[in-house]
Amino acid sequence: MNSRIGYIAFNTFREAVRDRVLYNLIAFALLLSGAAILVGEISIDIERLVVVNLGLTAVSLFGVVIAIFIGIGLVSKEIDKRTLYTVLSRPVRRWEFVVGKFFGLTGTLVVNTFFMAVGVFLALLYVAHKFEKMDVWVLAALYFIVLQFLIVCALALFFSSFSTPLMAAVFTFALFVIGSLSEDLRGFARITSGVGGWLATAIAYLVPNFSALNVINQVAHGDPVPGRLILYNTVYALLYSAMAISGAVLIFQRRNLK
Amino acid sequence: MAAIEILDLEKSYLVGFWRKRPKLALRPLRLTIEDGEVFGFLGPNGAGKTTTLKLLMGLVFPTAGSARILGMEMNDPRVKSEIGFLPEQPYFYDHLSARELLNYYAQLSGVPAKGRSARVEQMLERVGLRDAAGVQLRKFSKGMLQRVGLAQAILHDPKLVFLDEPMSGLDPMGRREVRDLIQQLRSEGKTVFFSTHILSDAEALCDRVGVIHQGELRGVGAVAELTSERQAKIEIIFCATTVPPGLTSLGAEARVSGDMVNAVLPEEQQDAALEVLRRERIKLISLTPVRRSLEEYYIQKLRPVEARKNEIPKADDQKDKDDDRENDARIEASRKGVGA
Amino acid sequence: MSTTRRVNLVAGAVLLLSLAGALTALGAIDRLRQPSIPQQTLYLRSSRVLRRLSLGYTGLLADIYWTRAVQYFGIQHHNDSGDFRLLAPLLEITTELDPRLLPAYQFGANFLAPKPPSGAGLPGAALSLMKYGIEHNPDQWRLYYNLGFLYYTEFKDYAKAADAFRQGAALPVTSEYMSILAARMAQHAGEFDTARMLWVTTYQSTQEARIRQNAVEHLLALQVDEEVTQLEQVVEKYRAQSGRLPTSMGDLEHAGFIRGTPTDPKDHPYKLMPDGRIEVQDPQKIPFITKGLPPGMSPPQPAREIPPEPK
Repeated sequence: MNSRIGYIAFNTFREAVRDRVLYNLIAFALLLSGAAILVGEISIDIERLVVVNLGLTAVSLFGVVIAIFIGIGLVSKEIDKRTLYTVLSRPVRRWEFVVGKFFGLTGTLVVNTFFMAVGVFLALLYVAHKFEKMDVWVLAALYFIVLQFLIVCALALFFSSFSTPLMAAVFTFALFVIGSLSEDLRGFARITSGVGGWLATAIAYLVPNFSALNVINQVAHGDPVPGRLILYNTVYALLYSAMAISGAVLIFQRRNLK
Repeated sequence: MAAIEILDLEKSYLVGFWRKRPKLALRPLRLTIEDGEVFGFLGPNGAGKTTTLKLLMGLVFPTAGSARILGMEMNDPRVKSEIGFLPEQPYFYDHLSARELLNYYAQLSGVPAKGRSARVEQMLERVGLRDAAGVQLRKFSKGMLQRVGLAQAILHDPKLVFLDEPMSGLDPMGRREVRDLIQQLRSEGKTVFFSTHILSDAEALCDRVGVIHQGELRGVGAVAELTSERQAKIEIIFCATTVPPGLTSLGAEARVSGDMVNAVLPEEQQDAALEVLRRERIKLISLTPVRRSLEEYYIQKLRPVEARKNEIPKADDQKDKDDDRENDARIEASRKGVGA
Repeated sequence: MSTTRRVNLVAGAVLLLSLAGALTALGAIDRLRQPSIPQQTLYLRSSRVLRRLSLGYTGLLADIYWTRAVQYFGIQHHNDSGDFRLLAPLLEITTELDPRLLPAYQFGANFLAPKPPSGAGLPGAALSLMKYGIEHNPDQWRLYYNLGFLYYTEFKDYAKAADAFRQGAALPVTSEYMSILAARMAQHAGEFDTARMLWVTTYQSTQEARIRQNAVEHLLALQVDEEVTQLEQVVEKYRAQSGRLPTSMGDLEHAGFIRGTPTDPKDHPYKLMPDGRIEVQDPQKIPFITKGLPPGMSPPQPAREIPPEPK
């Protein structure tokens, strides 16, 4: 059973790579190097700030876009193009397929993020000429970004399990935007009363909490990331992803393939 | 033990945008496929052949009924290791090469790692793709994809193989190869269930056929029985530019093409016909008995049915035997009545 | 069938359990992040930059900052920290992103100027915020009202207050109180009735719960101040009449100066002190009073929680 999940995950990773997803790294590298060089020229004492802010934001956004498009492409496309027919006629359980896809997808993103992280640190080294102690927190920010990808991938798979590729992409992206504002949404829910308040509260708590996973600004200013936050965020991301994936499994279990 | 037992398997869809109405894609189907036989599932496009296969594969869920495959419930995952499936117009992972795809499928089918690559090579050889094994599937032609499809269906040595339109889109050479493969599978003792709308293939390959139309099983029968001589006829081909009147009076149906005539007459007129040709000094080319083709049976089954019955359609070869008995009895009675 | 059912059960259980767990973790994360959110909000203080970053969705961003400002105030208030130094920048950013967000100005008028712990203690900032608001919304009577209110309560500059009220009264859409207040500024500025009118107008000019609550508390305080003043005047009359200080409320009643025992808005009777002063029984319960306090005590501050909205 587990080996099948592993095979599916590996195949997913291979497909993403051969689908030239990793080429995005080139665009990323260009962007970052350009910024680093530019900032190095201007040098108004905020080089570190800019590089970290820009670099991490780029990692986050590039990654989310990739997660959405590849995630949806890989699952919806399979259902659409019926490559699944010959896979599911084998002793592969449907849930193994979903879970395998999830691991393959997140694996791709982790590898992608790793290369991007190297790029960010190189750019940082270039503009600041040395590493400071506070740069350690950049790793924490990167870790949170990876957690963010976990949730986005899980959501992309969830939506792919029942809607068309386009709608799945739209829903996932919408949840990403709303989730990034989830702290404000909860604040808003707190000061709203009546039916609107209940509705806002429900949405604010069910939407993925991306705002707490975004510590980019903090880290750019050199502020530390509390250990407890790292722990809680990890637990949250894992549980939320598990929730979305089990939802995907439940739906996919009963789906009639066209 | 029956390889496949289908018990009142039914599938209906809801169609329409606002008011969804049920559309019956497959009426309750009852069918048994015996172990070791080659069964042809015949029917026009949209008859329900692919729906049946998808139901058996667990790709689509029935609205009623069930099936047992190799003695196990059709949803049982253990079934999947014993069956192979080639879908119609298959799509595979484009980015993989043939070898990689088969290897991946072998992994998923639980082929042990030890002999896996050897088995893959063997399969590639068997379907004639050894030279193209390293090429990405996106570059494959239709025929090559079909071969890959066959390879993945049999690579884990399943007992039962399902093929949906295996000859579609193949050139005559390809079709010949597929036919040979199916023969081989049969000689290996495997059960083959394939759907097609090409009757000549079915006639050549199948032990039994079933005809399905508009979601309903119209008839099942052994090929040998269905194509046995029932209406004894003979076909005479001879050199002539017109049909000799003597033959027409014998009740011949004739067709002229160029300087040859092709005439079909009842068997008992054989001697009289030959006499006509001899008298007219017409050159005889050939004389062969006409066997009823599967086509006739097929077309007959496709005709609309008056009343919709849900009973098990009696096996048509059985029905034919019964009809024969009836007819013989009638003839016997009339002969007795008329007098010797 | 059993395999499918088993998978469904497991998946369903995982879904429910992880939902519960995720929500719990979310609560923990929120509690952890609560204090630091406003600071992080203000990493970006330049509204010009913010405007560009918002990609045109300045309205939305303004609403977000406004929500954060209100939240921030509530949390600081709740924690009794007395520290509202982020309120001014939050309100400034909000109004710079959307100069027409009227509630922000009202909030600023009521809570930027008063000294901690009831406000941020920045009357100057409040003033410039009002002026900015008027500049961008010249037809909104409430803003003129807020300006006049500030001049009156914080700066005691009755002339400027009168000006503001007059300008507001001249608008096509305005409250009837504006002209009345303008008139009163001239002669009756220091009177209880004027102040009372002001707070009533404040109460009526907004739907915001906190501002209303604040206005009600001020009105109650005025009532106490007025009653204490009147009672102390009565004590003085008694002394003038009988040559000595009354020993209890009963004395005043016998002398016919008062009827029954006077009680404060919390229904506690006023206490007559030996030195002739009147004191409130429980000063902490009635915020903002300036009279009826023990000597040396400064006006009490409002309670932490927001009581339910007064009808």
